[in-house]
Amino acid sequence: MEFTGFLWFSIISVMLATYVVLDGFDLGVGALHLILGRSDEDRRKIMKSIGPVWDGNEVWLLATGGVLYFVFPQLYASSFSGFYLPLMMVLWLLMGRAIGLEFRTHINDGIWAAFFDAVFSIGSLLLAVFYGAALGNIVRGLPLGPDHYFFLPLWTNWNVGPHPGVLDWYTVLSGVVTLVALCMHGANYLACKTDGDLHERARKTSLLLAPLVLVLTLVITLATLALHPGVVANYNALKIGYLIPVLIVASLLGVIFFQKARKEVLAFVSGALYLVLMLVGAVYALYPVILPSIDPQYSLTIQNSITSSYALQIGLRWWILGIVIALGYFVFLYRMFRGKVVLDNHGGYGD
Amino acid sequence: MDSAVLIHRLHFAFTVTFHYLFPQLTMGLAPLVVALKTIGVWKKDDRYNQAARFWAKIFGISFVFGVVTGIPMEFQFGTNWSHFSRFAGGVIGQTLAMEGTFAFFLESAFLGLFLFGEKRLSPIAHWWTAVAVAFGSWLSGYFIIATDAWMQHPVAYTMTADGKGATLSSFWGLLLNPWAIWQYFHNMAGAAVTGAFVMAAIGAFYLLSGKHVEQGKIAVKVGVLGGIIASLLVIGPTGDGQGRNLASYQPATLAAMEAHFDTKTADLVILGQPNVESKTIDNPLVIPKALSFLVSRDWNSQVQGLSAFPESEWPTNISLLYYAYHIMVGLGTIFMLVMLISGVQLWRKKLYDSRWLLWILMLSCPLPYIANTAGWMTAEIGRQPYLVYGLMRTVDGFSKSVTAANAWFTLIGFLGMYTLLAILFLFLLQREIAHGPEGETLAHSNAAGRN
Repeated sequence: MEFTGFLWFSIISVMLATYVVLDGFDLGVGALHLILGRSDEDRRKIMKSIGPVWDGNEVWLLATGGVLYFVFPQLYASSFSGFYLPLMMVLWLLMGRAIGLEFRTHINDGIWAAFFDAVFSIGSLLLAVFYGAALGNIVRGLPLGPDHYFFLPLWTNWNVGPHPGVLDWYTVLSGVVTLVALCMHGANYLACKTDGDLHERARKTSLLLAPLVLVLTLVITLATLALHPGVVANYNALKIGYLIPVLIVASLLGVIFFQKARKEVLAFVSGALYLVLMLVGAVYALYPVILPSIDPQYSLTIQNSITSSYALQIGLRWWILGIVIALGYFVFLYRMFRGKVVLDNHGGYGD
Repeated sequence: MDSAVLIHRLHFAFTVTFHYLFPQLTMGLAPLVVALKTIGVWKKDDRYNQAARFWAKIFGISFVFGVVTGIPMEFQFGTNWSHFSRFAGGVIGQTLAMEGTFAFFLESAFLGLFLFGEKRLSPIAHWWTAVAVAFGSWLSGYFIIATDAWMQHPVAYTMTADGKGATLSSFWGLLLNPWAIWQYFHNMAGAAVTGAFVMAAIGAFYLLSGKHVEQGKIAVKVGVLGGIIASLLVIGPTGDGQGRNLASYQPATLAAMEAHFDTKTADLVILGQPNVESKTIDNPLVIPKALSFLVSRDWNSQVQGLSAFPESEWPTNISLLYYAYHIMVGLGTIFMLVMLISGVQLWRKKLYDSRWLLWILMLSCPLPYIANTAGWMTAEIGRQPYLVYGLMRTVDGFSKSVTAANAWFTLIGFLGMYTLLAILFLFLLQREIAHGPEGETLAHSNAAGRN
C-alpha cells in the first residue's frame, strides 16, 4: 500500500503539473490579452493562438479532479466543501472566460467584441490569482477539525493565524507570484506563436517579467520559511531536494537567456520547467501530507485518505490506457495547429 | 426555507436541470449530424455536407454551453455534498474519473477539429472527427448514468471497516449495473428525441416561412426519420425495461409514481390528481389492470401499493413525482403519434405541403426538453428519501460545514449567471437560424480563437 499510495500521489501530481503548464499559458495569454492586444487584429491573433487548445488544456483540470476524487475521496470532500466560496467563484470565472473566448468573434460587432475581450481577460487574470492563493492556502495550512472538515471565509483579518481566511497577506502574495509567473509563461507562448510587432511585444514582456518572477519567488520563499520553518524537514531528510531551488533559479535565468538569444521555444520550455519545479518544491515539502491542518494531528495524509487497493489496482489499468490515448490526441492536436498564427479574413472557416 | 439540506438540493437540482438542457441536444444531434455527414461524404452530395455544416454549428453552440455548465456538476459533489462524496467516492469516483480520462479528452480534442478543420482535413478524416465527437458525447453519458445508477441501485460495493464509506468490490459489476443499462438506453433515446424534434422543428420553420426550402426539407426528413426511431425506442424496450427495474429494485417509488396506494391488481392512471390524504385518485381516467400487465405481464397480478411500505420509505414528494412521471409518459406518447403521422405523410410525399403538420412539428420543439426534464425529476425525486438508495439518506449527505446562507449565496449567483447564459444562448441560436444553412458562413461566425 505504501508504494501504491506514492504511485497515485505521483500520478495526481504529474496530472496537476500538466494542467498548470498547459492551462497556465492560456491563462497567462488571457491576462495579457488587453495589454498586448492593441488592435482588433492583434486580439484575434492572441485568441486564435490558444483557440484550438485551451479547452483540451482545461480538461486536465477536470481529469485531475476526477482522479483525485477517485483516489482520495476524503481529500476531495474536505477540500471542496472547505474551499466552498472561492471554488464557486472559480467556477463563475471559468464560465465567463470560456464564453468570452468562444463567442468573441461570433458576433461581428465592436461593442460585443470589447465586452467579451474584457470578460475573457479579467476572468483569466482573476483565475491566476485564485489558483495561486489556493496553493498558498495549502502550504499555509487549514483549520481542519477532528472530523477532517473545515470551512474558510473569504477573509478574516488578513493575518496568518489560528482563524485564517482564504485571503490573507501570504495567500495574496502567493496569488501575485502566480499571476506574474503565468503572465511570463503566456508571453513566452505568444512569442512562439506570433510574428511581427505582437511577437516583439510578447518577447519584451517576458524579458521584463522574468526578473520580477525571480524576485517574487525569493520573497515568497523567505515568507514561507518565516511562517513554517518546518517546511525544510523533508529537504534535510533527503538532501537532494536542495537541488530544486537551484534548478528553479536556473530555469528563470534560462527564460531570460533564451529570449535574448531569440530561441522562443527553449524560453517557453524553461518557463514551463520553472512552474513544474515550483510545484515539485511545494509537494516535496508537504509529502506525505496532502492537506495540512494547522493542528498537525488532523492533517490528511496519503495513508488516512486513500481508497481501497482493489479500486486502485483496477484504476491503474484503465488510467494507463486512458492517458496514453489522451496523450495521442494532444500530440495530434498540437501538431495540427503548430507554427505561427495566421489570420484568415474570409469568415475564418477552417484555417 | 432555511434548512441547509433543502438549499443544497435546490442548488444541485437547478444547476443540473439547466446543464442537461444542452447535452440532451448535443447527444441527440450527434448521430443525426454523423448521418448527414455520412450521406454527404458517401454520395458526394453537397447539400448534405452543407446540412452537416449547419447542424454542426448548432451542435457546437450547444456543446460549449454544455461544457461550461457541466464543470460545476463535478465540483458540486465535493462542495455541496461532501459527506456523500466521502461515503460514495470509493465507488463512483471510478466512473467519474473515467469520464474525464476517456470521454472529455476525446471530445475536447476532436470538437475543434470537427468544427473548424474541414478545410485542413480530407473528407474521410473529417468524417472521423464527427464520429469521434459523437462517440465521446455518448461515452460521457454512459459514465454519468453509471454513476447515477449506483445511487439508484447500489451494487458491487463493500462497506469499509470503519463504516464511513463504500468501496468498490467489482469493477464490471459497477459498469454493468442492470439499472445503468436500461437507464442509459432510455436516457439516450430521450436525448435522440430532443435532437430529432429540434431538427424537424427548424426545418419546418424554414418550410413554413419559405426560406432555405431545400435545406428545410432535408432537416424535416432526417428529423422525422430519426424521431420515429427515437420516439419508439424511448417507450419500448427502454422505457418498459426501466419501469421493470423500478418494480424490482424500487417498488415504493413505482407505487408513488403511479399513485397506487393499496396492494391489489393495478389500473394504469392516465389522468387524475393523487389525493395522498384519502389515498385515492381524484378525477381518475384509467386503463383497468394495465399496470399489473406492464409490471409482470399478467393482467390479474397484485402490484405492491405504497401502504405495503413504512412511510419512512416513501418518496418525500409524492405529488410532484406523480406529475413528473405522468408528464413524461404523456409527452412520450404524443411524440410517437406526431412522428408516426409525419412519417406516413413523408412516405406519401405530402409532408412538405402539410402546413398543419409542419406547424405542429415546429411548435413541438420545447416539448422534448420538458419530457426529458420530467424524466430526470421522476428518477431523482423517486429516489428520495435516499441519496444512495437504501444506504444513505439525503439528509446525511450534504456538506455540514457549508451553511444554508452560504449555499443561498452561491445559488443566487448561479441563478443570475444562468439567466445571462440562457439569453446569450437563445440569441446566438436565433442568429444562426436566421442566417440559415445556405450561403457563406457568418463573418467570423465560428468560435473566436479558431478562425
